[in-house]
Amino acid sequence: MKAKEIFKNYLFVLPAVLVFSIFYIYPFYKVFTLSLCQWDGIARFDFAKNFIGLRNFFELFQDKIWWFAMLQAGYITLIALTFQNALALMLALACDRDIKGGNIYRVIFYLPPVLSEVVVGLVWRWIYDGNYGLLNYWLQQIGLSNLVTDWLSNPKTALTCVAVIHCWKGFGWGFIIFLAGLQTIPRQLYEAAKVDGASSWQLFKSVTMPLMVPVFILVSILTVLGTMQVFVLILSMTGGGPGYHTEVPVTRILASMVGSSRFGYACSQGIMFGAVLLAVSFIQIKLSKYMKQA
Amino acid sequence: MKCADKKFCLFFMLSLFTVFLSVFLVSCGPQAQNKGQVKSIKVWHWMSDREGAFLELAKRYEIETGVKVNFELYAPSDAYTQKVRAAAQTNTLPDIFGILGEKRDFASFVKSGYVYDLTEDMDGENGAWKNKLFAKALGVNEFEQANNFGVKPGIYGVPIDVTNIQMLYNKDLLQAVGSDPSNPPKTWKDLIEINRKLKAKGVQGLVSGWGEIWMIDCLASNYAFNIMGKDKVLATIRGEVSYKDPDWIKVFDLFREMRDEGLLASGIVTMVNKTAEQLFANNRAAFAFNGSWCVNVYKGMNPNLNYGAMLPPQASDKYPMVIWGGAGSSFMVNKQSKDIREAVNFLKWITDTKQQVYLSKETQNLPSNKYSLKDIPMVLSQFAGAMDNTTHPSIWGASEFPMVIETFDKGIQSIIIGEKTPEQLAADIQAVKEREMAKKQ
Repeated sequence: MKAKEIFKNYLFVLPAVLVFSIFYIYPFYKVFTLSLCQWDGIARFDFAKNFIGLRNFFELFQDKIWWFAMLQAGYITLIALTFQNALALMLALACDRDIKGGNIYRVIFYLPPVLSEVVVGLVWRWIYDGNYGLLNYWLQQIGLSNLVTDWLSNPKTALTCVAVIHCWKGFGWGFIIFLAGLQTIPRQLYEAAKVDGASSWQLFKSVTMPLMVPVFILVSILTVLGTMQVFVLILSMTGGGPGYHTEVPVTRILASMVGSSRFGYACSQGIMFGAVLLAVSFIQIKLSKYMKQA
Repeated sequence: MKCADKKFCLFFMLSLFTVFLSVFLVSCGPQAQNKGQVKSIKVWHWMSDREGAFLELAKRYEIETGVKVNFELYAPSDAYTQKVRAAAQTNTLPDIFGILGEKRDFASFVKSGYVYDLTEDMDGENGAWKNKLFAKALGVNEFEQANNFGVKPGIYGVPIDVTNIQMLYNKDLLQAVGSDPSNPPKTWKDLIEINRKLKAKGVQGLVSGWGEIWMIDCLASNYAFNIMGKDKVLATIRGEVSYKDPDWIKVFDLFREMRDEGLLASGIVTMVNKTAEQLFANNRAAFAFNGSWCVNVYKGMNPNLNYGAMLPPQASDKYPMVIWGGAGSSFMVNKQSKDIREAVNFLKWITDTKQQVYLSKETQNLPSNKYSLKDIPMVLSQFAGAMDNTTHPSIWGASEFPMVIETFDKGIQSIIIGEKTPEQLAADIQAVKEREMAKKQ
């Protein structure tokens, strides 16, 4: 009788297990298997014939361009973590108050994230264009001709330009999550603090900040994961150039897979990238637990 | 929970599981073909600009032969490339398909048994089919005796059209600076001189989509052939000559000179070809480096554009100027197709003179059939006239390592943005070359 019950219980979860196995476990297993092989993605796959052990991973550790791309993704992430989230928080704080037309602002701030990334990339490439771009035109109009440059072809500005657009496109997510977090803070806490004579800064520092820690952690994890995987914007704005100045891990994976037909190496890059993201997320979760306790 | 509810839940879950399993198994299985249907063949392609013309030709073919041809468009080309590779792995390639990529990818498809050998069909009837087509276009689809890829010698694809990549010049802009528009620059010195005049008038020199790095590779190898000749270029690819050789440094130095002379349009290193085409079509640059497909593009952007095509000006008189060209797009027959004969017959038909004239007229591409060159626009005939000067990495018989190609192209971008000197780039490429060769041994 008990065995029958157990069997029935397992039967209930079987569809979910099947879906999870087919669409998650099996692809992951396949990617891991391929990462141990040298395969061009065209020839018939023969594990025994294509197996090269950990050679792809050893090569990856020595691949300077890969680590440079990782560093550049880290730079964009740093900008997103600071400026993008600061902007999102400021706007969320502003909209949390009972201001006139609050809902309109919410819609406006949430517009960039719902736009297609390719469209955003193409529009901004046009704005940044050195030949007929709006940015250079405006700079000339306001007498700042000395700042006119080829924004996306200049190695000093290309990556930052992409990072700025990534932040512009992404701050809406943070804004919505911060706003939701702010609205869960009981108003009585603010009122009690005000009665005790707390200033606006003290309210923010002593009431808002501590209660928002879990939200900050959530937003920062999502920002890190989302930004490190930035790809479409780069592809539509610079294609990874000039030189290697806007290459990020995903563009390198694509270059290995499509450009060089090195599926095995591309899979090892994917595994390594996943491991890095997992490690970063793990550190952030540990940090969040520590901060909650503090 | 009541007993009836339990039974219902159990029944529901089992039904769900059965449906799920059935759908999964059916979708994984081969597609059934209905008997008694009109004979049909399937063609996969990526050429969105030619879709209309292909559909019209399919209609005509069905009327003529009773065979239905289903053209299926998968664009953009990156997505198409992935689809074809995935289909090869699952044995679901259509009867006719195209392969995008380098010669080594093509070789891999052939060696894996996905591509039918067309040599006998081409050579049949005293080579009637083969002789109709431009030899250089056919060469791209051919594997010669003792080729480096280990492929059985033969012809494995049919060129549908022909392309080559040259320089375009804007006649009005050249005239505006006092240059004879009927006599475009023939030497590097002439080009630099005209550019100085253009620069003085505030006109940009050369525009091209060098954000798509293969175009840099294309111009650089044109000049490599011009400066050191084919044999030395191929010897470099084989690893017998170093990229640090003075001739290679001369090639890289041309890009340094282009940068220093202000010949290159602003933002060229990240420019996509579409933007470059817009700039040239709108008279914003005097020269463009582009393929013969541009004739159709410029016609759409500015029908009044007054321009001509020319070979890139020679930097050396030691060897002739050679440009990339050959097959524009090619179709292959699936070796595992049940309708190989029908597929071959259709390819014979589509490369016949009448169909090629129609395709050329509709798409403004150069036909692969050399007897279909009548009634093509003046600029297109200039492109056609340069077919004798064409070459392509696919027919060199040796191919460079992908990492070397990437370092080469990205490195030239670095010269253009002033980050590297030609000597530094040469050293970088050679280092990557040696590393890749060591890996292979």
